[in-house]
Amino acid sequence: MTTLGVKGPVRIRREHAAVLVTFGLLVAMFAAGSIVYPAFGSGQVVVDLFIDNGFLLVIAIGMTFVILTGGIDLSVGAVAALSGMLCAFLLGQWHWPVAVVLPLVLLVGVGFGFGMGYVIHHFEIQPFIATLAGMFLARGLCFVISVDQISITHPFFTEWAQTRIPLGEETNLTPTVLIGLVVFAVAFWTLHYTRFGRAVYAIGGNDQSALLMGLPVARTRIRAYMVSGLCSALGGILFAFYTISASGLHEVGTELDAIAAVVIGGTLLTGGSGYVVGTVLGVMLLGTIQTILRFQGTLSSWWTRIAIGVLLLLFILLQRLLGSSRTRR
Amino acid sequence: MKAVTGHRLFWPAAVLVVMLLANLVVTPGFFSIQVRNGHLYGSLIDILLLGSPLMLIALGMTVVIATGGIDLSVGAVVAISGALACYLISGQEDQGAVTGVLVAVALALVLSAALGFWNGLFVARVGIQPIIATLILMVAGRGVAQLITSGKNINVNSPPYKLIGGGYWLTLPFAVIVVAVVVALTGLAVRRTALGMLLEAIGGNAEASRLVGIRSRRLVVLAYTFCGLCAGIAGLMISSNISTADGNNAGLWMELDAILAVVIGGTALTGGRFTLAGTILGALVIQTLSTTIYTTGVPSQVTLVFKAVVVAIVCLIQSPAFRAKVFRRRARPEAPPPASPAAADVEVNA
Repeated sequence: MTTLGVKGPVRIRREHAAVLVTFGLLVAMFAAGSIVYPAFGSGQVVVDLFIDNGFLLVIAIGMTFVILTGGIDLSVGAVAALSGMLCAFLLGQWHWPVAVVLPLVLLVGVGFGFGMGYVIHHFEIQPFIATLAGMFLARGLCFVISVDQISITHPFFTEWAQTRIPLGEETNLTPTVLIGLVVFAVAFWTLHYTRFGRAVYAIGGNDQSALLMGLPVARTRIRAYMVSGLCSALGGILFAFYTISASGLHEVGTELDAIAAVVIGGTLLTGGSGYVVGTVLGVMLLGTIQTILRFQGTLSSWWTRIAIGVLLLLFILLQRLLGSSRTRR
Repeated sequence: MKAVTGHRLFWPAAVLVVMLLANLVVTPGFFSIQVRNGHLYGSLIDILLLGSPLMLIALGMTVVIATGGIDLSVGAVVAISGALACYLISGQEDQGAVTGVLVAVALALVLSAALGFWNGLFVARVGIQPIIATLILMVAGRGVAQLITSGKNINVNSPPYKLIGGGYWLTLPFAVIVVAVVVALTGLAVRRTALGMLLEAIGGNAEASRLVGIRSRRLVVLAYTFCGLCAGIAGLMISSNISTADGNNAGLWMELDAILAVVIGGTALTGGRFTLAGTILGALVIQTLSTTIYTTGVPSQVTLVFKAVVVAIVCLIQSPAFRAKVFRRRARPEAPPPASPAAADVEVNA
């Protein structure tokens, strides 16, 4: 409805506004941080944002696809944790080669997405419930593999964790950052320059209209969940690279962070409107809050949650002000 | 037979009975209830006692879902309520003083209701989607709970407080009595007055119900306030049962379990028709499942797998689309997608 609408320009400006506000806030926060803490303004801090939140970035990008179709995916954190567990188990216990394990793990993520998408579309189960079942299943399977944390000793993972790509004098990238950027680029291209992307926006706007226009609603919706499953699995692998361990308790609450990042990035939870760029900014904003709290030192970790909640509140009210009767059910 | 299987409570009740019977096969003494020290003991009583918080939360959730909303913040409210009560009690000189405990409990419940009221304002007045409006408190609430407890677990040693979640009264667990009273009062309020019908009307079509003169906004705020209050009582029970306030883990995933209980009970998430009895059955199904897994010695975390399977089965069986496609394989033109359940419900209720 929004992107395909005839009155495009007016709407698009409003959608841009949400992203611009997020960007403005991100810059403001970063500037404030740099003024208060001199070490804050360095390039490495920016890069660290991507390093520390690379997995969340990838997961949130997948979530954007699902939310754009008007759905929601609660299973992302659990699928990510399961991916880590599978990596650790298959590499550590069964000694399968990396070249087999990683594609297999990604496939499992896609499979989860397909299953949930199929049930949601064909059996008309609400996305919330279907992905909740997926979340329980994935978390439970983690604990079936092992109740304890498993450390990953495979050389591929340990080397990956130590690899640094120099960028300038004092700034170093990790491969995770590059993967995150590639995922972003692919997602951007998919959403804005492919039929699939167009169909995603159309379904989120109004799935009845999309159906009447002859768009492949079933295929598109299921694919959106498959994208989210793939991104979750990839995010899980990246998190395993980051921590070199796997546990069924990893990434608890990641689905909330991902949803928060998407909402803060200006995407409407009702679907049909939003940008993947906004999601990236949303993840960066969450990361910046954590970094500021870390620099501050005396504020306890629970302030992060409160700050994220307050941010969510502000952005939701902002969307309501900018917006439309569409945020209303 | 058709009348029995067609009843909306048939499937949740059948699942519950099957699970209880399965337990009886594994543990022969499962149904036995004994009286020890004037208290009732037995696995069934345990299920009721441990399931009390979930039943309460699911009860509040049912009312909210009936209005077409959802409340994701109940788990956080559970944590906040327990944290505040324990914080206040631990600050008193005599932790066993009844008045002090009553004040702490009252304040915790007022705060819980206020949090529910806040959710309701966002949904009804500001007009934000319920799932997002309550997401705010879900994210921030646990931080607030930790703020109250300063990130630590607060232990209390207070016999009157212990009564709420772990004590007995008239041979029955006190928590079960509380649940029974709340359920009975709620049942009376929604089924003996027009309140239930009004809530269903709002869930069916908020705009239409406003046009026929129902004060839908006020009722929606009331529903969320009630849900917050229920979560608050549940939070008191949970913290009282273990005499500890744990801002981080108390009520974790409670919102999901509560929503599941409602859905298993047969209330559609789209709003409209709701059933309190179904919700109680749903909560008992979930608690029985947990207890069953626990008694069979499987690691408790693996419960999640079984939960996923039960959820999938119950939801699929209740899905009209699934039944149409799988059970009745008659040729049907695959033209327009079926009307949403909510729309069907409105017709029934109109």
